[in-house]
Amino acid sequence: MRIMLVDDSKTMRNIQRNILAQLGYAEIEEACDGQDALSKVAAFKPELLLVDWNMPNMDGLTFVKTYRGQGYKTPIIMVTTEAEKTRVIEAIKAGVNNYIIKPFTPETLSERVDQTLARLEAA
Amino acid sequence: MDASYILPFIASTKTVFSTMLQLQVSCDKPVPQAVIPTKGRDVSGIIGMSGDVLGSIVLSFSMEPAKQIVAKFVGADVPPDSEDFGDAVGELLNMICGGAKAKFEGKSVSISCPSVVVGEKHKVQQMSDALCITIPCRSDCGEFVVEVSIKEAMSSTATGPRAAASTSS
Repeated sequence: MRIMLVDDSKTMRNIQRNILAQLGYAEIEEACDGQDALSKVAAFKPELLLVDWNMPNMDGLTFVKTYRGQGYKTPIIMVTTEAEKTRVIEAIKAGVNNYIIKPFTPETLSERVDQTLARLEAA
Repeated sequence: MDASYILPFIASTKTVFSTMLQLQVSCDKPVPQAVIPTKGRDVSGIIGMSGDVLGSIVLSFSMEPAKQIVAKFVGADVPPDSEDFGDAVGELLNMICGGAKAKFEGKSVSISCPSVVVGEKHKVQQMSDALCITIPCRSDCGEFVVEVSIKEAMSSTATGPRAAASTSS
């Protein structure tokens, strides 16, 4: 499965990559902000995206809206420090499928990935 | 400064370190910054807050605790002069502030992207018109501080910033 990690923090991308590798997901592409992600999605064709919210150049919410606006239905998990209910609602309205609040444990990331993919299969 | 702005930073610091680093952090009683001399600040992450609450938050270490904490976070030793080192410090502070601001009831607050300063014995000058509270923290990797200098935006309150309460007792 091709997974794209969108986060301006290389530390956070590495943490996510390592957790996903332990889960057996090795085909990973990274992007450092929304603009970078948009430039890579057509070629990489991710089947799942993990997207941060607060990033320079293009934040995660704007990326999600733009990505969905281009017709992509790929599942997106927002991985962010934005924990307020209003933010979660805003993200879901924009087209996010699941939400992880930082800090997170490897177990939480694993569960949300499984949950998101299971919902996709069920749909 | 209202204690309701300080307690979330204490809770969030402990949560971030225990969740991401499996490191228990204990926090001493917060005090006004003037009480704790600025010393041995070799690494500082700085984040701004805007919206209903204005100010900045600083996470500061001396070099050895910073190196140990970054190594624990990243899973490997990281040279302090590398971009990855600053990135790790910034991300820790990002998570601390995100978790704290979520507990500011009824307040809409945005946080900036973090900046990180690495330089021997530097000082971070906080806002002059807001009380700066220092939260001393201790862990098995050493000591560090979280400095909170925030005030309510004038448009979000009818009476202006509230006076320091139990944090100074």
